[in-house]
Amino acid sequence: MNYNVDDNGFYGKFGGAYVPEMLYQNVEELRQNYLKIMAEPEFQEEMQLLLKDYVGRPTPLYFAKRLSEKYNTNIYLKREDLNHTGAHKINNTVGQILMAKRLGKKRIIAETGAGQHGVATATVCALMGLECIVYMGEVDIERQAPNVARMKMLGATVVPATSGSKTLKDATNEAIRDWINNPEDTYYIIGSVVGPHPYPDMVARFQSVISEEIKAQLKEKTGTENPDYVVACVGGGSNAAGAFYHYLDTPEVKLVAVEAAGLGVDSGESAATSVLGREGIIHGSRTLLMQTEDGQVTEPYSISAGLDYPGVGPLHAHLHQSGRAIFESITDDEALQAVLELTRLEGIIPALESAHALAALGRIGAKPDEVIVVNLSGRGDKDLTTYLDRFELHGK
Amino acid sequence: MENRIKALFEQKLQGLLSVYFTAGYPNLEDSVPIILELEKNGVDLIEVGMPFSDPLADGPTIQQSSEVALRNGMTIPKLFEQLKGIRQHTQIPLVLMGYLNPVMQYGMDRFLQKAKEIGIDGIILPDLPLSDYVREYKAMFEQNNLSKIFLITPHTPEQRIREIDSHTNGFVYMVSSASVTGSTNGNAVVNTDYFERVGQMGLRNPGMIGFGIHNRDTFSQACNHARGAIIGSAFIKALAQEGSLQQNIQTFIQSIKQ
Ligand SMILES: Cc1ncc(COP(=O)(O)O)c(C=O)c1O
Repeated sequence: MNYNVDDNGFYGKFGGAYVPEMLYQNVEELRQNYLKIMAEPEFQEEMQLLLKDYVGRPTPLYFAKRLSEKYNTNIYLKREDLNHTGAHKINNTVGQILMAKRLGKKRIIAETGAGQHGVATATVCALMGLECIVYMGEVDIERQAPNVARMKMLGATVVPATSGSKTLKDATNEAIRDWINNPEDTYYIIGSVVGPHPYPDMVARFQSVISEEIKAQLKEKTGTENPDYVVACVGGGSNAAGAFYHYLDTPEVKLVAVEAAGLGVDSGESAATSVLGREGIIHGSRTLLMQTEDGQVTEPYSISAGLDYPGVGPLHAHLHQSGRAIFESITDDEALQAVLELTRLEGIIPALESAHALAALGRIGAKPDEVIVVNLSGRGDKDLTTYLDRFELHGK
Repeated sequence: MENRIKALFEQKLQGLLSVYFTAGYPNLEDSVPIILELEKNGVDLIEVGMPFSDPLADGPTIQQSSEVALRNGMTIPKLFEQLKGIRQHTQIPLVLMGYLNPVMQYGMDRFLQKAKEIGIDGIILPDLPLSDYVREYKAMFEQNNLSKIFLITPHTPEQRIREIDSHTNGFVYMVSSASVTGSTNGNAVVNTDYFERVGQMGLRNPGMIGFGIHNRDTFSQACNHARGAIIGSAFIKALAQEGSLQQNIQTFIQSIKQ
C-alpha cells in the first residue's frame, strides 16, 4: 500500500484539487513549483537554519517517567510545545513563508482555529516583513483570546469569520474567498494537511521533521528508531502527519490518530470525523466529511478549537480507510482529565488539542516493555482560562 | 430534442440576460413562481442555484440566501420535486448551478438523469475539475443532452480557455474579475482587455459575462463585450425588498432592460 500522494494529488481515493476556476491558476502554480523549490539547496539551507536557530529545533524527546509508571509502559513525549510560539504549527509556516517569497508573493493570508497557526503565521510574516491577514471564527476569537492578542502584537490583522459555526471551517472559507479576490499578490498559508493538492503533501513534508527527529532521538535513547506506537491528535491532521510521516511504510509501528469526540460521538456535538464522516468534498479536497444526508456540511463541536473541524486531511482519510492508522475519539472531559494528569505528573501544561492524544494512552493497552511516542503538539498557555474555569481554580 | 441553450444562442445574437437565484429563497416554494415571473419579464436564461452550506466562491449575498434556503428546507430532491412538470409551463432554458458535494451525495448519475427528465438544459458545478469531468462524467452529460458550462477568469491562460471551450457546449461563463460573487466595482465593468482577448479567440461557444453585474450600466457594458450577461447577487437583493415577489421581479428586470 502506498501512503504518499500520487502524481494526481490523491491518497488512494482521497485528495485532489476541487477548486473553482478562480483558484485554479494559483493552486496550479504551487503544484508545479513546490517540489522543485523545496529541493533547492538554498531553500533547504535557509529553512534548516531558521528551524534550528529561530524555532529551536530539534525539540526534545522526553522520557516521561511518572506518566510511564502510571500506564506501566514507556512513554516518550515529542516536545513540539517547546517550539517558538508554542506548537508544531511553526514548522509549516517557516517552510511556507519561504515558499511564498520564492513565488514573489507580498501578502500573506491564513486561517486559524486555536490561534496557534495564526500566531505562527503572524510570526514569520513579522520576521520577513510581509503583510499578514488571519481569518478566525468569532467563537474561537473568544475562546483563544491570548493568541488573538499575540497576533495583533505581531502586526497581523485578525478578521472574524461570522458565518456557520464561526469556527475553523468558516475561517477557512473566508481565507479561500480572500484568495479568490486577491489572486496575484497573495499567498495562502494553510495551517494543516487540508485543502487542495498540493497543500496536504506540502504541509506534511514541512511537518515531517517531527518524525525525522523522533527516529534519530529514539535510536539514541533506546537503540532502535521504531517505537511500538506513535500517538497524535488530529484536527486537520498536520502534527499527526508530521509524527507519522517517516513511519508510514513501517507497519510494525502502530499509528494512533486521536480525534475530538466533543460531548460524545453520539451526542450530536462532536468532531470525530472518522466515525461520523462520509466521503465528500470540503475546502478543495475529497476526504471524510461530517455532513447531512443531503451533502450539507455539519457543524462540528469540540472544546478544543484546533480540533473543531468537520473534515480530516486526505492522508488521514486514507490511513483510516486502509486501516494503517488506529482512530480513537476522546471527549472534552477525557481531554481535560489528561491535561490535569500531565500537569501534575510531569509539570507540563499541554494544549487542549494535545491533551486528546494524551487521553488516548489509557485506550492503547501498551505492554510494560513497549514504547509509545506521544506527539505533544502544543503548550496550554492559550487554554489557561478554560482550565481555570473547568478545574475551578479561580481565586484559589 | 434540441438543447434549449443552443437554440437560444442561435435565435438571439446579443444582449442576452441570464438571472441566477437561490432555490428556496426567500421562501421554500418560490422556485417555480420566480422562474415563471422571470420568463414573463423577458429574461432569456435562468440559473437555479442549489444551496450549499459552504459556498466558497460566493460573497455575502449568496451566502445568506443559501443559508436561508437551507433553513427553509431546500434540498436537491425537494428542488426536483418542485421543478417536475415545469416544462408544461415554460420553455425557457434552465441551468442548475451548485457545488459538487451535495450532487456527489445525491449521485451524479441519478442527478443527471433526473435533470434530463425534468427538462433541465445545463449544469454549472464550479468546483468540479475539468479533468474529472472529462474522465468520468462527460459521456453521462452528453447522454442526457445536458450542457456543462465552465467558468473562465481574467487569469485563465489562453491554452486552458481553449481546452475548456472544447469540452463545453452551451456557453463559456466569463467571470468578470478576480472575485467571489457579488463584488461590485462601482458602475464599471473593468476588464475590457480580457473580454477583448477572449472575444478575439474565436471560441466555438458564445460567452456570457457574470459576477458583479448589478444594474443597467454594468449589464449593457458587459453586453458590448459578450453575447450577454448574468446577474445573481443584485437580483437576490431585489427579492429581499418589501413587496410581492411579482412586483420585485418586475421592477428589477425592468430596471436592467430599459
Ligand atoms: C497545539 C495544537 N495541536 C494540534 C492542532 C490541530 O491541528 P493539526 O491536526 O493540523 O495538527 C492545533 C491546531 O490549532 C494546535 O494548536
